[in-house]
Amino acid sequence: MKSKRKSGVLSKIYIALIMIFLYAPIAVMIFFSFNKGNTIVWKGFSLKWYSALFNDRTLMGALGNTLIIATLASLFATVLGTAAAIGINNFKGKKRAVIQNVSNIPIISPDIVMGVSLMLLFTFFGVLFNFEMGFATVLISHICFCVPFVVLNVMPRIKRMDPSLYDAALDLGCNQWQAFFKVVIFELMPGIISGFLISFTYSLDDFIITHFTQGARFQTLSTEIYALLRRKIPPTINALSALLFLAIIIIMVLINLRDRHEEKIKNGR
Amino acid sequence: MKKIISFILCAVLACSATVVFAGCGSSAESKGEVNVYSWGDYFAPGEDGLMDVIAEFKDKTGITVNLTTYDTNEELYNMLKSSNVSYDVIIPSEYMITKLIKEDMLLELDYNNIPNYSEISERFKKLPCDPDGKYTVCYSWGVTAMVYDKTKVDKKPTSWDTLWDESLKGDILMINNSRDAMAIAMQLCGINPEECTKADVDKATAKLAEQKPLLKKYVMDQVFTEMESGQAAVAPYYAGDIAKMMENNEDLDYAFPEDGSNLFYDAFCIPKSCKNKENAEAFINFMQKPEIAAENCKYLLYGTPNKGALEFLDEDIKDNELTFPNEEYLDKCYTFSDVDDEVYAYMQEQFVKVQAE
Amino acid sequence: MKSRKLSIPYLIWMVIFTMIPLVMIGVTAFTDKDGHFSFEPFINAFQYTNVFAKSLWIALLSTAICLVLAYPLAYIITKMKRSTQNTVIMLMMIPMWMNFLLRIYAWIILLQKNGPLDMALSLLGIHGTYIGNTAAVIVGMVYEYLPFMVLPIYTVMSKIDGGLIEAAQDLGSNSFYVFKKVIFPLSIPGIISGITMVFVPSASTFLVSQYLGGTDDIMIGDVIDKIFWTDQNTGAAISLVLMIFIFIFLVIMNLFGDEEAIA
Repeated sequence: MKSKRKSGVLSKIYIALIMIFLYAPIAVMIFFSFNKGNTIVWKGFSLKWYSALFNDRTLMGALGNTLIIATLASLFATVLGTAAAIGINNFKGKKRAVIQNVSNIPIISPDIVMGVSLMLLFTFFGVLFNFEMGFATVLISHICFCVPFVVLNVMPRIKRMDPSLYDAALDLGCNQWQAFFKVVIFELMPGIISGFLISFTYSLDDFIITHFTQGARFQTLSTEIYALLRRKIPPTINALSALLFLAIIIIMVLINLRDRHEEKIKNGR
Repeated sequence: MKKIISFILCAVLACSATVVFAGCGSSAESKGEVNVYSWGDYFAPGEDGLMDVIAEFKDKTGITVNLTTYDTNEELYNMLKSSNVSYDVIIPSEYMITKLIKEDMLLELDYNNIPNYSEISERFKKLPCDPDGKYTVCYSWGVTAMVYDKTKVDKKPTSWDTLWDESLKGDILMINNSRDAMAIAMQLCGINPEECTKADVDKATAKLAEQKPLLKKYVMDQVFTEMESGQAAVAPYYAGDIAKMMENNEDLDYAFPEDGSNLFYDAFCIPKSCKNKENAEAFINFMQKPEIAAENCKYLLYGTPNKGALEFLDEDIKDNELTFPNEEYLDKCYTFSDVDDEVYAYMQEQFVKVQAE
Repeated sequence: MKSRKLSIPYLIWMVIFTMIPLVMIGVTAFTDKDGHFSFEPFINAFQYTNVFAKSLWIALLSTAICLVLAYPLAYIITKMKRSTQNTVIMLMMIPMWMNFLLRIYAWIILLQKNGPLDMALSLLGIHGTYIGNTAAVIVGMVYEYLPFMVLPIYTVMSKIDGGLIEAAQDLGSNSFYVFKKVIFPLSIPGIISGITMVFVPSASTFLVSQYLGGTDDIMIGDVIDKIFWTDQNTGAAISLVLMIFIFIFLVIMNLFGDEEAIA
């Protein structure tokens, strides 16, 4: 019994150390976001970097672009991926294996190779059809690496689904579309949602692929931060990190509270 | 869970919608746009009592400026050459201008649309890279020099060889740009960079390889953060920028190497891919208004070729050696304007290799 | 529902945006600057062999460290109360939602000369440089990709049937034996997908070494990025070699585990 308690303490220490490793850099960044001076020398408390951040139109524009791209890319990817998963499920044998493997290429190939290959494609087509890289090419690239995640998340749900459900709905007088939307999509919903969320996260975080396909004028948050890091790093970047961190915490806490609430309702029943 | 997600989605969509509409709202009254591709941080940004010249341009003309930036002339060249992107105004340096003119990538300027061209002093009107004065409006000029930290380097450096000083191992920064790095090495080898050959490049490459173990990093504009926060001892960089670093860290000082250094010009040009030529010329003209040129000079601390601007500058800027180096020193400097294409490509290649070794 | 038609848009999409770009990399890698067939790009790419080796080495070390850190962590987490498990996993994920570049930047601040770590350690009388070396690059990599190792291992472990463990204990196994005979073999698929998810991005990423490493720590991703803007052919050749390496690695990994775990 004694040794068990000891190992319990050790586990707690271990987890605490990992948490320090994960959060120390973020804590330091948040700390310096309140620094009056513009280097890492503490010159007193100030909120000036926060007001500078809100007045920074390029950074705010880039943040907006990131959100637009992430939303559109994950929505498109979800629709395309869900449809694809249902369709692929009807292929059998070798054909199906080939399709699934090709679909996984964007996940397993290194980001940099994907970025470079898409850049080659877009510059080639760009010369051919006379367009420039920008919003559209970034969006397409993001959809590219998002769809496979949706397919992977929806596929297991399809396998688990009872195929007679769809027929039952038809028998009960639904037309094909109603049966599809009311039964099939409803059944697949958890997979679709997690596919969407993963896509959204990856799209928000992507730098490498955007870097190669952004063209001349279109900036997302990642590429804008990249441009800033190459120059005199403005402390507004610390303020930005602090605010992003706050936003993430709020979202996480909300989701968690909601989950607990639902659990309680379930248990109450 | 689902409701939260839909809530987040709605919030995100609402945000994106406002951004989109905000974008539309402002472009409704505008008179088109101008796509400027420039060095990072190359215009007064509206801090420390200076004017935000880009915003000012938009207010006065209604033209939206899309500003993107590059780190090296090579990056600019490759963007122009290999991606199907159109820019309206670019600001290359002298040797790149030569190359762009030779490859027929620049448009001839209509100087009637740039009346402020008359403010440019004669010296900068027919630059060696543009002998007929058809393609360029000079924006700024300067030399490369050394910045060092007085707390880490005991004696004021007199030559580039300080960058090869064993006792400063791990505290030396080197410029991450093939042209400037090679030129510094060549000067130490007694080669005139103006007329270098492949064999000279090889010698310089060997010299740079020798330096590599002593270095902390290869940097471009990161040099500001590094030097200002005391992370390194010595670095070569553009004199105007050194003046700026010194404003932010009292321990820094500058040194002009007696070996001489590179005299550079950056000039506004319009590439062939331009889609808004009139706006581009309006932009160039605006930047050469004496009071605007003075604002940019105060911010950059690079020399301005604009005669009129001098009236708007304080004495201490006019007297600053880093902004306006004296004639005597300029005589020791060389200018890159016409290096053979093959040698030039070889230089770039070898520099990447030094870094990858 | 039975129709394959639904997948047609995606099949077309895959051909245009996955297959054709890969073919283009292949073609570009075998052409010289004038557009003729040539092995020149590969000859150029060959000069970066040492960078290649160094990248793979750094990636290997980072992956190993991630595994060593993550395995006990995942095991500890599965032993906790259900609600605590969720909280800890969430805490692991939060830093991942911060931007990739901001996470590296945070380490630059933390490690730099006169930065917080330097200050704290010099109070204890320890002086040193913490940034600009291979160790800093590896710390950065581990920081970026640790959750990718923890999550799959945790997922697999938490699905292990408690009954199996009890049965082993009833049969008289001590806890070490239970671990060796039950838990470890069953967690292998998680380990394999964790290794894949950490190794692939850390071997190919760029910037981490540029910001945290010294002049010797250039990685293959940085070379591709640098070279691609000046010489697309050599850039494509290096990318192709990198891609082949990664595929070989995945195939080897595949031999150890079932296919589902890789994705």
